[in-house]
Amino acid sequence: CEVHSCISRDSHPRAVNVDLQTDATLQVDISDALSERDKVKFTVHTKSTLPNFKQNEFSVVRQHEEFIWLHDSFVENEDYAGFIIPPAPPRPDFDASREKLQKLGEGEGSMTKEEFTKMKQELEAEYLAIFKKTVAMHEVFLCRVAAHPVLRKDLNFHVFLEYNQDLSVRGKNKKEKLEDFFKNVVKSADGVIVAGVKDVDDFFEHEKTFLLEYHNRVKDASIKSDRMIRSHKSKLHIPFPHLFPHLFPHLFPHLFVRFFLKVSELFEKTRKIEARVAADEDLKLADLLKYYLRESQAAKDLLYRRGRALVDYENANKALDKARAKNKDVLQAETTQQVCCQKFEKISESAKQELIDFKTRRVAAFRKNLVELAELELKHAKGNLQLLQSCLAVLKGDT
Amino acid sequence: MAEEREPPPLGDVGQADFVEVEDGEDLFVSTVTTIEQLSPTTPEPSCLPAEDISTNSNGPKQEILLDDDQEDLFAEATEEVSLDSPEREPILSDGPSPAITPVTPTVIITPRAEASMFDRSLDEDEDTEENGDTFDMQITVSDPEKVGDGMNAYMAYKVTTKTSLNLFSRNEFSVKRRFSDFLGLHSKLASKYMHIGYIVPPAPEKSIVGMTKVKVGKEDLSSAEFVEKRRSALQRYLTRTVTHPALLKDPDVIQFLENTELPRAVSTQALSGAGILRMVNKAAEAVNKMTIKMNESDAWFEEKQQQFENLDIQLRKLHASVESLVCHRKELSVNTASFAKSAAMLGNSEDHTALSRALSQLAEVEEKIDQLHQEQAYADFYLFSELLGDYVRLIAAVKGVFDQRMKTWSKWQDAQLLLQRKREAETKLQYANKPDKLQQAKDEIKEWETKVQQGERDFEQISKNIRQEVGRFELIKYWEAFLPEAKAIA
Repeated sequence: CEVHSCISRDSHPRAVNVDLQTDATLQVDISDALSERDKVKFTVHTKSTLPNFKQNEFSVVRQHEEFIWLHDSFVENEDYAGFIIPPAPPRPDFDASREKLQKLGEGEGSMTKEEFTKMKQELEAEYLAIFKKTVAMHEVFLCRVAAHPVLRKDLNFHVFLEYNQDLSVRGKNKKEKLEDFFKNVVKSADGVIVAGVKDVDDFFEHEKTFLLEYHNRVKDASIKSDRMIRSHKSKLHIPFPHLFPHLFPHLFPHLFVRFFLKVSELFEKTRKIEARVAADEDLKLADLLKYYLRESQAAKDLLYRRGRALVDYENANKALDKARAKNKDVLQAETTQQVCCQKFEKISESAKQELIDFKTRRVAAFRKNLVELAELELKHAKGNLQLLQSCLAVLKGDT
Repeated sequence: MAEEREPPPLGDVGQADFVEVEDGEDLFVSTVTTIEQLSPTTPEPSCLPAEDISTNSNGPKQEILLDDDQEDLFAEATEEVSLDSPEREPILSDGPSPAITPVTPTVIITPRAEASMFDRSLDEDEDTEENGDTFDMQITVSDPEKVGDGMNAYMAYKVTTKTSLNLFSRNEFSVKRRFSDFLGLHSKLASKYMHIGYIVPPAPEKSIVGMTKVKVGKEDLSSAEFVEKRRSALQRYLTRTVTHPALLKDPDVIQFLENTELPRAVSTQALSGAGILRMVNKAAEAVNKMTIKMNESDAWFEEKQQQFENLDIQLRKLHASVESLVCHRKELSVNTASFAKSAAMLGNSEDHTALSRALSQLAEVEEKIDQLHQEQAYADFYLFSELLGDYVRLIAAVKGVFDQRMKTWSKWQDAQLLLQRKREAETKLQYANKPDKLQQAKDEIKEWETKVQQGERDFEQISKNIRQEVGRFELIKYWEAFLPEAKAIA
């Protein structure tokens, strides 16, 4: 079944993962989103005072593939080799949710009306949550690009923001995906070689080791937190039968029946709270970790590129020395060496800054999210406690 | 995990207990009214009835036998206790028939944190005093010990009885029993009392898997859990058994509690011939149940039976849900633990010191949460689902009793039928004028007549008993299962 969800600007939460300065010269956000059968259409809204754009405020509709295209164009751009490219947003994945809705529809006959509506509501809420998340991810990506001093000036980016026709970006076909796969294999092999080269600069050397370790740990933490949240959620899908009081009018006066009734009610209510807890954990913790997983990967990529440039530079140096020794093609070797040197230095310079920024951003994001997570958990725990206490009071004072 | 508290000395009552008793009062008020509907006896609050024999409106015939007296006495004793409950006086009655002293044993359950919750047994009309200053009987099952080795190993439990009843030779004594002893006791009681209509408390189930683990000597958590579960189940079983006034006086029960040596109850072994025989019997009974179509004359029974059916279904569902909830909680705690470790590692690798600290603290918090979840899981498990399981089994026992009643009825009907036929045969013989055969026929008729009468009486008896039993069953006190949970959260 088709589900249309529209999100107005104010209702969805601002990207929680990244603390960004909103700059008046270029503000980008996703003001609306529509979910159709198998794709999501984002309305990208831009407010800008930059002269490049024809208007000050405008909107276009974009799909996920176009975001990926933009990201890839950054990655492939040599000029941006020295930057941490903001990680691409993950593909919107409603399959699981859709499957569940379908199963629910099929099993409609076997449950009572109220059970059905309740489950339907729960699933719809889940769907909505996933939807909001994917919107947020896409928005974060755009905001990061907009906040980056160099990337924001990228021409492709402007086209992305302004061109109100379809960008006719098709998803990669099989051949291209295969090519990508091989490219990745080569790249990772190369990455290993490059990583083995000891860096001259202490800062980068340290960053390299740090990032490697950090990335792995974040990955691990992300997996575990996902698992934890999943088991938290699965707890909620246990049907709790409602004890129907009218079946036991004389058998058990008051207490027994009421006790079990109260207990079932209690379980129901705590279920709701725990659902919220799981959702919050998901948002604050899991998403945070996932995002930094991707971003640390991007940082690693940056280091890789730099390493690569370094290797090239050293190779060029060696070639130059050899050429000088043989006194053959010296000029060519020199130019190559110059180019490599420049490239390397450019990357190093910006990389340093980028990595420092990365750290600051990371610390701030973690702080914000962890604080919010703690506050929310506290709130829910208090709510839970209150619920239990009131139930207790009712049971005690029950006559 | 849950800590064990020492059994409170007399009169030392926790806050929670007081409240329970108050509820008990209300409980009994309503029960009194129910019982009054059944037997229009007017209870006298001040003294025990001496020789009053009330007229029951229970069975169709008003045969006043000695048994009935005692039943009435019990009924009235029940009412006595209930009305006296606020004053919490020990009720020791000296009935008119001294052969069997109708005592009202009150039982105080050792308030081990997990055990106390579900040790409130069903038939609690006498138990109002459990929180009070006096009690007459206290049974604890403790100290599970592994005896023997390999596949012949078994767990021996220490059964301690503290009592001031005259039934027992001493005031305090303990014996060592193993699980099959309990099962043996139960089967003896069942064979003796089921067909009269008493609800015999069901014994905990045999579990081959669990015991094998223990035998093999796996010292892991699950086998410890299993032993603990079994121990508390045994304690509840014994408590329920002795709270039943008739069962308490049964020599088998007394022997079980007192004798140091007990003959091995071999027939309770799972894979023995007796076990298989039992299974066959059960199957036969199930078939029988379906074929006996009882003409239910008594609306009360029909209603109750229906209610029990419903309750059974609901409780089973609830029980299943709670068990799966417990499973999930355990899973959650495992996952939380692994996440905690992972977060700690992340904290270690993080550069920024404050963030690093924060992350490792997050790890600690998560670990604590994990512990909490575990506790919750165990609490839920022990408190709730065990109790539910108990009730499910109890209801099965109740249903069994109802079935017995049906069987008795059918016997009665059969006897009647036979009598009819004998009478017909007699008239035929009279016509045929065969004097000697006539005499024989007359004798047979007499015999069958008595049988019929007996059958009828049995039937009434069982009906009456069942009514009473159900009356006692209804006096269920609840317990605050969530007190430890709430405490844990706070």
